[in-house]
Amino acid sequence: MIEAASTAGVPIPRYAGLSVRAWKAIGFAALLGAAVALPFMVSSYRVFQFNMVLVYAIVLLGLNILTGYNGQISLGHGAFYAIGAYVAAILMEHFGWPYWATLPVAGLACFAFGFLFGLPALRLRGHYLALATFALAVAMPQILKYKHIEHWTGGVQGIVIIKPEAPFGLKITPDQWLYLFTLAIVVVIFVVGWNLLRGRVGRALVAIRDHPIAAEAMGVNSALYKTLTFGVSAMFTGVAGALGAIVIQFVAPDSFTSGLSINFLIGIVIGGIASISGAFYGALFIQFVPNFADQISKAAPWAIYGVFLLAFVYLMPSGVAGFVRLAWMRMRGVRYRRDI
Amino acid sequence: MKSRLILVLGLAASVACSNAMAQKKYGPGATDTEIKIGSTNPYSGPASAYGVIGRAESAYFKMINDQGGINGRKINFISLDDGYSPPRTVEQVRKLVEQDQVLFLAGTLGTPPNSAIHKYVNAKGVPHIFVNTGATKWGDPKNFPWTMGFNINYQAEGHIYAQYILDTKPDAKIAILYQNDDYGKDYVKGLKDGLGDKAAKMVVAEASYEVTDPTIDSQIVTLKASGADTFFNVTTPKFAAQAIRRVYDMGWKPLHILNNVSLSVGSVLTPAGLDKSVGLITAAYYKDPVDPQWQNDPGFKEYAAWFKKYYPEGDIRDAFNVSGYLIAQGVVHVLKACGDDLSRENVMKQMTSIKDLQLPMMLPGIKWNTSSGDYFLIESAQLARFDGKEWVRFGKIIGK
Amino acid sequence: MEAFLHQLLSGLATGGIYASLALALVMIYQSTSHINFAQGEMAMFSTYLAWSLINSGVPYWWAFLLTVAISFVAGVVIERVIIRPVEHAPVLSIITVFIALLVIFNSVAGWIFTYTIKTFPSPFPEQPLFGNRFISSHELGAIGITLAVLVMLFLFFRFTPLGLAMRAAAQNPVSSRLVGVRVGWMLALGWGLAAAVGSVAGVLVAPIVYLEPNMMSGVLLYAFAAALVGGIDNPFGAVLGGFVVGVLENLIGAYLIGTELKLTVALVLIIGVLLVKPTGLFGRVFVTRV
Repeated sequence: MIEAASTAGVPIPRYAGLSVRAWKAIGFAALLGAAVALPFMVSSYRVFQFNMVLVYAIVLLGLNILTGYNGQISLGHGAFYAIGAYVAAILMEHFGWPYWATLPVAGLACFAFGFLFGLPALRLRGHYLALATFALAVAMPQILKYKHIEHWTGGVQGIVIIKPEAPFGLKITPDQWLYLFTLAIVVVIFVVGWNLLRGRVGRALVAIRDHPIAAEAMGVNSALYKTLTFGVSAMFTGVAGALGAIVIQFVAPDSFTSGLSINFLIGIVIGGIASISGAFYGALFIQFVPNFADQISKAAPWAIYGVFLLAFVYLMPSGVAGFVRLAWMRMRGVRYRRDI
Repeated sequence: MKSRLILVLGLAASVACSNAMAQKKYGPGATDTEIKIGSTNPYSGPASAYGVIGRAESAYFKMINDQGGINGRKINFISLDDGYSPPRTVEQVRKLVEQDQVLFLAGTLGTPPNSAIHKYVNAKGVPHIFVNTGATKWGDPKNFPWTMGFNINYQAEGHIYAQYILDTKPDAKIAILYQNDDYGKDYVKGLKDGLGDKAAKMVVAEASYEVTDPTIDSQIVTLKASGADTFFNVTTPKFAAQAIRRVYDMGWKPLHILNNVSLSVGSVLTPAGLDKSVGLITAAYYKDPVDPQWQNDPGFKEYAAWFKKYYPEGDIRDAFNVSGYLIAQGVVHVLKACGDDLSRENVMKQMTSIKDLQLPMMLPGIKWNTSSGDYFLIESAQLARFDGKEWVRFGKIIGK
Repeated sequence: MEAFLHQLLSGLATGGIYASLALALVMIYQSTSHINFAQGEMAMFSTYLAWSLINSGVPYWWAFLLTVAISFVAGVVIERVIIRPVEHAPVLSIITVFIALLVIFNSVAGWIFTYTIKTFPSPFPEQPLFGNRFISSHELGAIGITLAVLVMLFLFFRFTPLGLAMRAAAQNPVSSRLVGVRVGWMLALGWGLAAAVGSVAGVLVAPIVYLEPNMMSGVLLYAFAAALVGGIDNPFGAVLGGFVVGVLENLIGAYLIGTELKLTVALVLIIGVLLVKPTGLFGRVFVTRV
């Protein structure tokens, strides 16, 4: 929004004969190209790690739509991630579905679940909503272990999934294939998300977050938007959960503790609240920083992780994405105006 | 002139090397000077109480390296934090296997984390040994030839208690408290299988708890109210201490069977109250570091000396350290047996040819035995009763 | 019948545990409008402090008072040093700072004091009161102290100028500043008080559940639930919420669905309460001014 305001009415600046928009397009193309090339340049262990980054990026986009753009704080997205993962695992294990076919089902199941959860959540505000969703995250492992659904969920033992091979006789490893498959889904979901957020819907969400009463007065159906947002957010997270299960090849209640939900929240804060690109920065953080902390100290890895968290919040108060945006604007010589 | 000298020296060295190679065999992670071993442990997160096991292992290998290593090779033990989260275990194990190129994995902790990597390590052909959980699935040589467990398996231990109850109290009414996870459920299954047809009649109440529960008081009240006269306590140290104290304080006096996981005198029975622990029954297989009967035992003295010198930050009362110590000793035993053939195949071969190994911190008479068809390492234990000061062993050693 | 009574009383006893920490949560919410996720770990750390003091020979009550005082100062310092720089940051950034504090306290406690459980002495007699077998003297004493803290807090907020200033600073910082309230210091005092109340909770809880770095993580979940049920801005509500959650949890687990879904059902009930009363049973109703 700052960008839009700062460029309006001013002649569009050009760099080396190209507009900012064109440069951005080139930048995106280059990034995508690099992302496609990545699995062929690094070891398969790294491919696996970056695959998880992509999976987390989808979750963080979903969570950001709800929490960042719409202002409904969720500390329970690990639960939706778990549902997506179990839907995929159960369909593959008990019904022999191919892995790709499980994704839409996981997404739809989570959409329905998120929508239903969004209905009561409408009545809750601020911290009450945060804690109610947290309750969902806390209860999830216990529900997954429940003995009467053990037949489906595998109970405490979980379900082991077989890793998909590359199709069409492609000469690439399963890791590379799964990464590219995930990347394709990431592109689709981010294009959908971007279109959703930059247009009317996005403005409505932000309006509901910042001025709920004014938004209602202007004809935004706040209740519908809020519940639908809950559904869409859960849907993205569910798809990511299914992908995550396929990548990890295993689901178990212990994989989906309340710590996971907290990690997701940390991801959007570190990446940048209400920022699309922030999803990637946040995903990189939650994937790599815990390992880094472990390398620094075996005695107290969590303490190191906590210090990293503090450092990021202090040094980049609006997340990595905000930091990058600021740096980019400085570079272009646009002065940051506080009054916008 | 100088460069030529280096060249000559280099050539000589490479010739020497290739000569040596003729007798030596190396898998990934093994060289003339180093053996790389990988492991995962929860150093962070809610299960970090188990982190001491990894630290004890590292401390033991440090001592071995100070003594010159094994056949001149230093042990490079890479133990990573997985926070007891299966997805992170997968990631860390892939790092160990693919990037760090360890020779094998030893002492990876927890059933869910190990389940997540079970298939992967077997597909890769990486020895996955001394798996630090008691699930039965780690002893399946047909389907998973690269995986071998460390602990006596929970179900087998459950069997031992069932047999004891059938022998001494055939009309017992049993109440069970268990942790709601694979560990708790395996014990319950073992006990019920051991009781056979009588299980349905004898087990009168079951209650579970979650690791996040602050107390287990309500469960104990329920179990006591069932009128049971035998209490099977399948809990981890904190809850075990709570349960022992609560059972005593409520005036319930059942035959109290405590699972081996929590037999530690220092970290369970002392906090619970030694007077309140009198009469507890367990199946023991290693020496408890606080138990007075071992204070002059040479095996324990060796342990205490190691602890003091190499692991001063640890808490000697914590019995978890003993399992780290035993696992590290087991690894050293296998590596010594491997000699100069440090291939993954040979590691597995030596791992499956352990014969009557009596380690100093194991109870007298409890020996390790494995074979290519028998992947269970510790298969025997001895019942013991707590007399207020120490675990008094009774009866013969049960199991193989 | 005896079993039922026993469940009820044991529920009250655990409810007392939840109530004591919920009180600290409400405390900080009242003075800063934030929910402190690190409250439990801070209380745990204070308890280790008390444990160290007692172990070095300081008499129990002196150790108790010293711990409360040190925790108060530590709370003020944390607010001044760690929270102040992000005071105006979005609420999510502040939650992240709380989570950072949580993991730091937890990890450092494990590092310094190891994860072995430790016994913590109780000031109350070992023998249960009136020879009953339902509830120990310590549990009764803990409930008594929690209620006393509650009354003290009530009197403080209701009848002292400082208490009034603190409430004002939390509810409307801008106007408070205009009438001369030093808002920054009020927030710091709020942190100090919450840390002090938390340390009392820790010292009361430790003899029951044993002292270890994860002692408070489970309690915190239930303290949240208690605060939600009772209303997060009402100390009486939170304490009552603690007892309600403790008793309900026991009765549901024992008589309705068994222990395997105890936690889940307790949480479903809480959400149910919130649906009827979105700000808890005794919470202030949101009034939105346009």
